[in-house]
Amino acid sequence: MSRRGALRLPPGPGSPGSQARFSIPAAAFRAAALIQRWYRRYVARLEMRRHCTWRIFQSIEYAGQQDQVKLHDFFSYLVEHFTPSSNHERDFLNRVFTEERFPQDAEMEKFSDYKSIEVPDNYTGPRLSFPLLPDHAAALVEAFRRKQQLHARYVLNLLHETRKHLEQLPNITRVSTCYSEEVTVCGDLHGQLDDLIFIFYKNGLPSPERAYVFNGDFVDRGKDSVEILMVLFAFMLVYPKEFHLNRGNHEDHMVNLRYGFTKEVMHKYKTHGKKILKTLQDVFCWLPLATLVDEKVLILHGGVSDMTDLELLAKLDRHKIVSTLRRKTRKENGKQATKEKATPPSGAGRPTPWFLPQTRSLPASPLRLGASGAPRAGRSSSIPCSCPADAKEPARRARRSVDLELDRCRRQAGLPVSPAQGEPLLCTPEADSEAEEPPEPTQEEWKQVVDILWSDPMTQDGCKANTIRGGGCYFGPNVTEQLLQKYNLQFLIRSHECKPEGYEFCHSRKVLTIFSASNYYEVGSNRGAYVKLGPALTPYIVQYQANEATHTLTMRQRISRVEEAALRSLREKLFAHSSDLLGEFKKHDADKTGFITLSDWAEAVESVLRLGLPWRMLRPQLVRSSTDNTLEYRSWLEDLAKEQLSHENIQSSLLETLYQNRSNLETIFRIIDSDHSGFISLDEFRQTWKLFSSHMNVDITDDCICDLARSIDFNKDGHIDINEFLEAFRLVEQSCPEGEASDCRQATSTTDGGCSKPGTH
Amino acid sequence: IIASEYHKKIKDAFEVFDHEANNTVDVREIGTIIRSLGCCPSEGELHDLIAEVEEEEPTGYIRFEKFLPVMTEVLLERRYRPIPEDTLLRAFEVLDPSKRGFLTKEELIKYMTEEGEPFSQEEMEEMLSAAIDPESNSIHYKDYIAMMVVDDS
Repeated sequence: MSRRGALRLPPGPGSPGSQARFSIPAAAFRAAALIQRWYRRYVARLEMRRHCTWRIFQSIEYAGQQDQVKLHDFFSYLVEHFTPSSNHERDFLNRVFTEERFPQDAEMEKFSDYKSIEVPDNYTGPRLSFPLLPDHAAALVEAFRRKQQLHARYVLNLLHETRKHLEQLPNITRVSTCYSEEVTVCGDLHGQLDDLIFIFYKNGLPSPERAYVFNGDFVDRGKDSVEILMVLFAFMLVYPKEFHLNRGNHEDHMVNLRYGFTKEVMHKYKTHGKKILKTLQDVFCWLPLATLVDEKVLILHGGVSDMTDLELLAKLDRHKIVSTLRRKTRKENGKQATKEKATPPSGAGRPTPWFLPQTRSLPASPLRLGASGAPRAGRSSSIPCSCPADAKEPARRARRSVDLELDRCRRQAGLPVSPAQGEPLLCTPEADSEAEEPPEPTQEEWKQVVDILWSDPMTQDGCKANTIRGGGCYFGPNVTEQLLQKYNLQFLIRSHECKPEGYEFCHSRKVLTIFSASNYYEVGSNRGAYVKLGPALTPYIVQYQANEATHTLTMRQRISRVEEAALRSLREKLFAHSSDLLGEFKKHDADKTGFITLSDWAEAVESVLRLGLPWRMLRPQLVRSSTDNTLEYRSWLEDLAKEQLSHENIQSSLLETLYQNRSNLETIFRIIDSDHSGFISLDEFRQTWKLFSSHMNVDITDDCICDLARSIDFNKDGHIDINEFLEAFRLVEQSCPEGEASDCRQATSTTDGGCSKPGTH
Repeated sequence: IIASEYHKKIKDAFEVFDHEANNTVDVREIGTIIRSLGCCPSEGELHDLIAEVEEEEPTGYIRFEKFLPVMTEVLLERRYRPIPEDTLLRAFEVLDPSKRGFLTKEELIKYMTEEGEPFSQEEMEEMLSAAIDPESNSIHYKDYIAMMVVDDS
């Protein structure tokens, strides 16, 4: 940011110090001005580098999120269009693509059963007893600070109690500054326990006088997501009136598959991890969706849309929203389409899937905002005594809430929960066969939740689909204004986006983004922050950076460090697209000189990678050797490869493709590995790759896949350990052991247009 | 041909700060953009440039359509050339008439915050953090320049 200094003339005769100054000629003035001018340019260039670095991280992060969505599109697409060529494939597909039935309560009891788990005598970690006391919660923080791990039994016990508590909470929590004078709101933590500990250290532990709201995204990416959840849940049980949590888009088992939380749990809890994950899946669904402070400040994770309806949000059954990424579908059959209970679609036939870009124009008058959709016939979770006999829609909803209510009653009475089939219904005359299905969110309900968990603010007016994230929308200042007016609010607090300073105001200070994971992308990349609200509801922001080292670095050093990390990621991505890049470069080199201009380089790279990055600005960091504005592209690509690979002979498009799709592959593997064992069979690997490659238009023969699979199965037991497989492709530090170098080469060589069989292992 | 090359460079630099992808940037970022394109204007010159690209009624945002032609002109005319190393060295020497080879921290602060186009406190602190040798509490400007120049390329 440039700073404008005013030009000052040397002080006149009467001013202090002027005696000495009179003797300094104007040359000194000019010299100082020159140094300042030079220095400001230096700083500006650093600023530019910092911004470019930021953009790199963000675009890679969001591209990853888009991929996630594409992956689910891919699955849905296959479910609808793929014709399995054999029973084998059909079974495989069914297993992968059919969502497991959401466990009924009886099954849930089995999953969260902790009483049967024994804690060994030599266990030295923290122990919990219920009901929890404040000291226990504080002791838990201390134990985690000392790197202890909580035993699975206590984890499950705590989750069990947490769920019981959460079930009683409304969708929108109400907080008042009358009771606890100040409320502290924290944003994304993403598994960074150091930041949470720092917040408690600096701001104080939760207490009846010190209320806290944690605004979602407690897990994923960082390495201590489990511990963060334990601490947050413990304090919530200890101070139920003062400690509040909102659900974020990462409190979602499907997102966790990709972003590290599932992995962390299975790694820390090898025996009971699956139970823990299943229980958590349930707990996440019970997290409240938003918090309202003094009826004036709305706190939610992502943002809002022009369709956001707080009344609907308050009334829907939030427990039905299992994942915001995939709308639950029943076991696959054609009836699903006709049973779509969406609000009337715009065109004939099925409504446009939410993940496809759609522009929404703002309705002309604010009054229309609340009037869309079917009339809400006073839906609540209590049993309606009479339902309108004519309108089918409210009746269906009523029936569903009846089912839910019956289930709840049964559970409370200790009776076994029976499936909803064939249950006599209390009030509706028309009982179609549809009544038997388990409850599902409607399209509208689901979209409402997706919007508040995924949306981002933008500076322009309007509301358009958030194509970068693949979910929710971008909302403009007018959308904010209308919402605030409609519900008589003062401002919004949200999180969801990393900000260099840990916070950011926008929409004329009506929207505050608060982000509490410092050094999120890399050490030194950003500060974390939290905000305090007193009775006057004036936001007071506290920033921090939970790493001592960063304080002692100069701006220049900090930027270099983060920049290096960003550039490393970027170079990995470039390498992963080597063949495409080569193809693109050749197009710019019609005369086959082997050279292209740097400008062509920038164009080519953008058209392949599509990250929307300022390549010309980044060029000096990515292209070391270039003479008079041209680049010898083949040797540049070779240099890239040399950096990424430990020995020169692993050059193959197969490897590249795998590397390129590494994170997608990991996600797919985790979905297939439904028992979270960490292993998939060779056959499953083959099937997966076949499906994946057909969708990605990668031309790889069956034989090559087999060979590759076999060569990766190092211990030859017919199973591939997911982690080892992926490690093998983490190419920067890996070196192929001597004995297998030749095997690797043979197994992966595709340049001859076929596959050679691997040599003897 | 050169002009179109400049256009692409300018567009890239502009886009880094175009957070909403709507071809506008905050006016406070214009200085950074201009300087990263290789120019080295003084604050006064920057003011003038901003006045040229601002709207009639300043909105706080600069539009690309207005910025591009002005900036292209600047690059074509090679205005606001960067300062060569030896010129910079001579500037420091002017402030160090007794040719000690260094400036004390106090002297540096005095010159940078009271002369020329004074630094803000933030700018001063940042420069001190990298420039001052903590043991002697002074800046050995020749070494400093050498270090910064390497960094820059």
